[in-house]
Amino acid sequence: MKAIYGLFTTPELAQQAVDGLRAAGVPEREITIQSSEPMEEYEFGSRDRETIMPWNAVLGGTIGLAAGYLLTSTTQQSWPITTGGMPIVTNWSNLIIIFELTMLGAVFASVITLLFSARLPGRLPKLYDAEVSEGKILIGVSNPKEVAQVEHALRGSTGGVRKL
Amino acid sequence: MTRKTDNSLTTDLLRPVLETSTKFYVTVAVLALIVATGFSTWFYQIYWGMGVTGDNWPVYWGLHETNFVFWIGISHAGTLISAILRIVNATWRRPVTRCAEVITAFALMIGAMFPLIHLGRPWLAWWLIPYPSERMLWPNYRSPLVWDFFAINTYLLSSLLFLALPAIPDFALIRDRTTGWRNWFYGKLSMGWQGTPKQWHRLESAMHIMALAIIPIAISVHTIVSFDFSMAVVPMWHSTIFGPYFVVGAIFSGIAALIIVMAVIRKTLHLEKYLQPIHFQNLGKLMLAMSLLWGYFVFNERLVTWYGNTPHEMAALWSTQMGRYSPMFWTMIFCNFILPFPLLTIRKLRSITTAVIASCGVVIGMWLERFLIIVPSLSYKGTPYSWGTYMPRWPELVIFGSSFAAMALLYLLFSKFIPIISIWEMKVGEHPQIKVAAKVQEAEAAGDLV
Repeated sequence: MKAIYGLFTTPELAQQAVDGLRAAGVPEREITIQSSEPMEEYEFGSRDRETIMPWNAVLGGTIGLAAGYLLTSTTQQSWPITTGGMPIVTNWSNLIIIFELTMLGAVFASVITLLFSARLPGRLPKLYDAEVSEGKILIGVSNPKEVAQVEHALRGSTGGVRKL
Repeated sequence: MTRKTDNSLTTDLLRPVLETSTKFYVTVAVLALIVATGFSTWFYQIYWGMGVTGDNWPVYWGLHETNFVFWIGISHAGTLISAILRIVNATWRRPVTRCAEVITAFALMIGAMFPLIHLGRPWLAWWLIPYPSERMLWPNYRSPLVWDFFAINTYLLSSLLFLALPAIPDFALIRDRTTGWRNWFYGKLSMGWQGTPKQWHRLESAMHIMALAIIPIAISVHTIVSFDFSMAVVPMWHSTIFGPYFVVGAIFSGIAALIIVMAVIRKTLHLEKYLQPIHFQNLGKLMLAMSLLWGYFVFNERLVTWYGNTPHEMAALWSTQMGRYSPMFWTMIFCNFILPFPLLTIRKLRSITTAVIASCGVVIGMWLERFLIIVPSLSYKGTPYSWGTYMPRWPELVIFGSSFAAMALLYLLFSKFIPIISIWEMKVGEHPQIKVAAKVQEAEAAGDLV
């Protein structure tokens, strides 16, 4: 894999680099951005915001609710205890367990969505620089078609580019 | 406006992880010895049976159950407070959240040990787990102890995830700054985290959803712990206010524990720059509000009992007001209400030291409160024939003391492997826009803005 990237000390310079790459015709999906903190207040850091995570949490909660109901009601009927004429399935008290499993389902669904959509666990890609952890912002392009234009766009902001 | 990277922040917060002093090893050794003593005492109790404890007819719930309720209450410090502050986007929360979440995880683990210890035969604890059994045994879902099993495990799992997920970017930070085994170890923990905008957004979305889910879970946990008592027709237990009363008490003791822990790590890990007086002041205000609420619930509980005027309930009530348990009751009132009130309200008295003094008082007072809820009521059940007394014996006291050492040991080991303050969240707080908002909030807190 070939890649060109620049490391930027401020978000403003990183934003300029991203704008430069766009102006050079690099498609949005091919621009790699890495930082050691979220940069939501900058345009380049606010991409990929849309997520189905809240809906998945609702789905997970619904599955948890159904599991809680089935666990309590089905098993109470399968292993009935002597209740002296009182109901075998006690939904009032079962609601506590159903509630806990509903919330657990929502939490698990959120975590699973996070892991899948953020591709965790995964291997570190080649286009990564440990200096990101020093606070620098990495802007790069993998397998660029127009190497000179990409270099120019990145150099315009930082004065130096690195190649892999 | 430009923003320079603050590397000193990362270096400061990573220092406790990357540098180890002799003091650390000595402290770990001492705490481990105390914990080992606690475990040995537990084995002694298992070998000789529950007869070695003070639990006896009619008081079968003594110190072990008191400690269970106490530690579950302490666990409310963390995840609940952290979740609330995260949802309302309180900027001052950043250095506090992880310190708090760690308390939840470990206090829950320690708290959940006590029913096992109290069980006498802990190897039968798995009977609480629902599984198809050829013995035709099945957990009785009408039992509050089974509710405890589900509630505590849900809260523990959610809290561990709530603690672990925002630690991933910090693991990546350590991975990139270390070599050798640390690089390998933190590389595995960071799971290939790169810090792309997508990863940041997903992490923040997950934290937000989990914060929303964890608040009702936390409330339910302590309500369900209160059901262990209020579902029984025992004097002063069979009360509808027990749910909120327990939740308020739990948050109250939780905040106190958090203030003490923060003061200790501030001093020992040299985090004075990050855990500032404003954090103690804000938590002190929350604790004051909880003190007032708690005071109201104590009054309410006693008023209803007094108004009902049933003989056995009055016997339990008077034993705490003027009888055998009155020294503990009035110490509790002093510690939970009289001591914190001036220390947290009078501006001239407000400082980190006074917040810690008030918190120590609250922790002692809340432990006494748990004891006073359990023991006097069991001492005066139903008819005078079944009235009795309880005195803890040494195994219970040793196990009780070692639980505090266990908490300190687990916290110490955690802070050795994971930055106790979330580095990336602190960095977000350094962003220019957020800095301005934080300054406005600090000025409001200090009363400089009208």
